[in-house]
Amino acid sequence: MAIKQLSVFVENKPGRLIPMIKALSDAQINIRAMSIADTQDFGILRLIVSDEKKAREILSNYSIVSSIEVIAVKISDKAGALCGVLDALGDAGINIEYTYAFTASADFGAYAVMRVEDNAAAEKVLHERGFATLENADIGKI
Amino acid sequence: MERYYQPEIETLPYEKIREMQNEKIVKQVKHVYENVAYYRNLMDEKGVKPEDIKSVDDIKKLPFLSKADLREAYPYGLLGTDLKNCVRIQSTSGTTGKRVVAFYTQHDIDLWEDCCARAIVAAGGTNEDVCHVCYGYGLFTGGPGLNGGSHKVGCLTLPMSSGNTDRQIQFMMDLGSTILCCTPSYAAYIGETLAEKGYKPEDNKLKAGIFGAEPWTEEMRRQIEKSLGIKAYDIYGLTETSGPGVAFECSEQRGMHINEDHFYAEIIDPETGEVLPEGEKGELVFTSLDKEAFPLLRYRTRDICVLTREKCSCGRTHVRMSKPMGRSDDMLIIRGVNVFPSQIETVLLNEGYTPNYQIVVDRENNSDTLDIYVELSADQFSDKMAETQKREKVLTDAMRAMLGIGPKIHLVAPKTIVRSEGKAVRVIDKRKLHD
Repeated sequence: MAIKQLSVFVENKPGRLIPMIKALSDAQINIRAMSIADTQDFGILRLIVSDEKKAREILSNYSIVSSIEVIAVKISDKAGALCGVLDALGDAGINIEYTYAFTASADFGAYAVMRVEDNAAAEKVLHERGFATLENADIGKI
Repeated sequence: MERYYQPEIETLPYEKIREMQNEKIVKQVKHVYENVAYYRNLMDEKGVKPEDIKSVDDIKKLPFLSKADLREAYPYGLLGTDLKNCVRIQSTSGTTGKRVVAFYTQHDIDLWEDCCARAIVAAGGTNEDVCHVCYGYGLFTGGPGLNGGSHKVGCLTLPMSSGNTDRQIQFMMDLGSTILCCTPSYAAYIGETLAEKGYKPEDNKLKAGIFGAEPWTEEMRRQIEKSLGIKAYDIYGLTETSGPGVAFECSEQRGMHINEDHFYAEIIDPETGEVLPEGEKGELVFTSLDKEAFPLLRYRTRDICVLTREKCSCGRTHVRMSKPMGRSDDMLIIRGVNVFPSQIETVLLNEGYTPNYQIVVDRENNSDTLDIYVELSADQFSDKMAETQKREKVLTDAMRAMLGIGPKIHLVAPKTIVRSEGKAVRVIDKRKLHD
């Protein structure tokens, strides 16, 4: 089961990020994972948060927010662990649009967030190779 | 020693110029009234008869013509003679119905080319010169005008037209071009390219340049002069009145002499239409004095400038106009191309964007830049970077197709472009061409 990620359009200018992050902080929303992709003019802020619905509402006051589903694969914190994941997806011909990683505070496990075309197909392949993926319900627990 | 193409006209004492103008205006107004129904109606509406115009002082009684009239009368509505008497059509660079066509008899071509010849001689041109014309040829008046003037002076004329800079430079160096005619930004570009190829300013044989068709600064002039090792002369004109050469600079480089034997200039208050005294800044209005095919009376150029009759040391007696300091309408001239904000808005709406945008025009390294800030809507946003970048590219291509020049598109978040309460400030021109 995939998890929800918020993608936010942000202009690539000093100070654009602060009010958004501050608003999340004021609402006691915890950012579990974050990544920013940027071009010269704009960036896309990607967030996995403790309360997706509320965060989406708040961020919508500042810019365009879209909620999409991504997969989060648990990876053992060992050399070569990511290779296994990439091999599994590569062998199945699944392209990764983008990826970023974070560590969970509860079990100190490493997770790789991945945006792929077909989440179900990707998860099936990963599960077959013995990799675990997160579900929305897990976000609050890890 | 100052040289002139037509010294008897160019140095004619002011009183004699007036006499000549008075004689010509009576005939020109009669010619228009009898042959151009469109303008006859305007005069009738205003209650002005040809007999009321006895001298150029009476020109102020005549109704104005604007670009809107030219569009409305397109294509033949302002024609002053039978088509069988016409030998040429030229057109403005406008797109999307903003195009204006002008007609010429051989007489009209001759007077236009005479004006260009005066400009070339004022820049030092003789029959020993190689005149390199890289204004565009075709419907645009730049190439044909300077080409004709160059022939009249007897220069060896290189009808290069625009583009293909490598070939321009090869011909310039191989054939020893001495006078360069093009837009100032292209002259600056040629200068840069020559330097990149390892040429020093003294390696070329150029001595003068005649540059126009777009706004440029004194600073840019000095840079071009330095990079090419030449003296740079400004030239002014518009398709509606004939083309380049309506006014041109002499070696003084202090304003452009208007060819007053063919064009009568007025400065008006663009709001009230009232004629302003000499030395005051306002909109330039031209009345043709002896054109046959496309005579225009009181044509509002939209260019804001100042006229002066101060004596010029070059010996020419014709009134001088300052470089245009701006325009009284919303048309932008970017890299020599006329751009209307309405065209930009049309593209945005066609491509599914909101009409919330801002246009920023600036100049970097002597080349105009056009930046368009566009608000993205929620349904247009993609989490995939490649898709959003593709949006920018598609919009850039659509703009280029419409405008003829490529802008830099900046997608911004909704509601980030400042909304104004009155008239939206859509255009910010940072070029600071004039103080």
